[in-house]
Amino acid sequence: MFAKMKSKKAIIYLVLILFALFFLLPMYVLIITSFKSFAEVSVKTMWDLPQQMSLNGFITALNKLAPNLLNSFYLVIPATLISAMLGSINGYVLSHWKFKGADTLFAVLLFGMFIPYQSVLFPLVRFLQTIGLYGSIPGLILVHIVYGIPITTLMFRNYYTEVPKALTEAAKVDGANIIGIYRHIFFPISIPSFVVVFIWQFTNIWNEFLFAVTVTSKPENQPITVALTNLAGSQVVEWNIQMSGAIITALPTLIVYIIFGRYFIEGLLSGSVKG
Amino acid sequence: MKQKTKNLLISLGLLSPSIVLVGVFVYGFIARTVQISILDWNTFAKLLRAEKDYVGLKNYLNLFMDPRFQTDLWNTLFFTGFFIIGSLTIGILLSILLNDKPKGGYIFQNIYLFPMAISFVVTGTVWRWIFSPGTLPNNPYGINLLFEKLGLTSLQWSWFTSTESVFFFNIALIPVIIAAIWQFSGYTMAMWLAGLRGMDEQLIEAAKIDGATPWQIFRYILFPIQKPITLSAVIILAHVSLKAFALIYSMTGSGPNNVTDIPAVYMFEATFRSNRYSIGSSIAIILLILVGLLIIPYLVNSFREES
Repeated sequence: MFAKMKSKKAIIYLVLILFALFFLLPMYVLIITSFKSFAEVSVKTMWDLPQQMSLNGFITALNKLAPNLLNSFYLVIPATLISAMLGSINGYVLSHWKFKGADTLFAVLLFGMFIPYQSVLFPLVRFLQTIGLYGSIPGLILVHIVYGIPITTLMFRNYYTEVPKALTEAAKVDGANIIGIYRHIFFPISIPSFVVVFIWQFTNIWNEFLFAVTVTSKPENQPITVALTNLAGSQVVEWNIQMSGAIITALPTLIVYIIFGRYFIEGLLSGSVKG
Repeated sequence: MKQKTKNLLISLGLLSPSIVLVGVFVYGFIARTVQISILDWNTFAKLLRAEKDYVGLKNYLNLFMDPRFQTDLWNTLFFTGFFIIGSLTIGILLSILLNDKPKGGYIFQNIYLFPMAISFVVTGTVWRWIFSPGTLPNNPYGINLLFEKLGLTSLQWSWFTSTESVFFFNIALIPVIIAAIWQFSGYTMAMWLAGLRGMDEQLIEAAKIDGATPWQIFRYILFPIQKPITLSAVIILAHVSLKAFALIYSMTGSGPNNVTDIPAVYMFEATFRSNRYSIGSSIAIILLILVGLLIIPYLVNSFREES
């Protein structure tokens, strides 16, 4: 019995380790290639560890991508803050100040989260051209705010639904109004929820590609995901630079994941409708 | 009564920015895309003239007779199918192994889930380098080179550059499917694990005492209880795969003979690279209908359960 349990444990670990190797394989290639010198990047040695550590790949990639890295921060920070704020207000009204048709309105808003964005893409580009925001980071910020509303509303509404109605009723009796109750009760208690939404929106907007590649045209205005595909798409760029570029692109969201993993998973799970 | 009206007005006022923005950017733009898809705006000159020269469903009919679009539909079908099966199987397996709380389980869980935090663009860039086949048999690259080192040369093949197909399934999609599974099986795992952790353990203990095998426990207890979670996962994964533009675009592009092409890539190229705006819009609307067929029953069902 004991021996059987031991061998069962060994099998479990074997499976877990094999899958861990599969999941880490691309990271291995990324890291070893990005630390290789130009002389050493050859496809023949792509699985070998670097003979000596070189930061040349990183330095070259960073030189090329620095403006785009900054663009991504300029994009992500305001888009995350504003979409979270709108979602919080919507979620509050749609859960604690329900009027006739409030649930239908919620469903109508929520639908925006499921559409393939191809179905709005061309009119969106034309519209941004008309209002003079096409090709710019502010244009992309607007896009991410709007298409972020459904998911942020969903996340906050789920959160506020857990708050007892009695709290709102009591505050009403005390003469507080909608805005006052939000400011003094709901906003302060929803800090954990804001953290989850911030992390979710930060990760998604940072990683987004379709809007980024269609809304920005000039290289100097592109966020880092687009700049990375341009870097990787050109045949002349060495692999160590491409892999360094990929690490630079992935690092901000990976750091967020490592520090705030628990909140990240919470956001991930609330992405499904019932949460 | 007056107070109630006032509250309603404030509520609507607070919601109004979102209502207006979503109204225009989602519903307005979809309507516009539908309109363009039944016009004949397939050159830049026609876009500039902006005539309302309606052609009915001509663009849609042309698409369904277009070999590239037919390939795209087959690719989507197989990509979605294998991607869902792979992510579910691996995700469920890992969640069950981790639910026993083995030592170091937390570390494993984080390793399986980290790809979710990374952009498809990064994933595509790395997996393209790994699956680049090189020239066989003398000059293998990437994973083929690894196979050579391990003495497994029989496993070498041309990966995403292959133009072979098995019953409409372009085998060049296999590396792309592997990359997508790599990215999303952690997600299924997290969903299942959350469900398992919330489950009544006595149920499983009782079954064990009655002599149930692990497979029976899975088949008759875990799987039925987790069915709603599994369904959510399937819907979300299917939805991801219909939108998997960034992965394909950065990893393989359309490929030789469009072996790794999907409607989203065709839509992008038709609209933004070859000025066939009406064709691009038609593809977009077909994608929307496909997603709608999937999502609307799911949403209706979720809301019904909630109320």
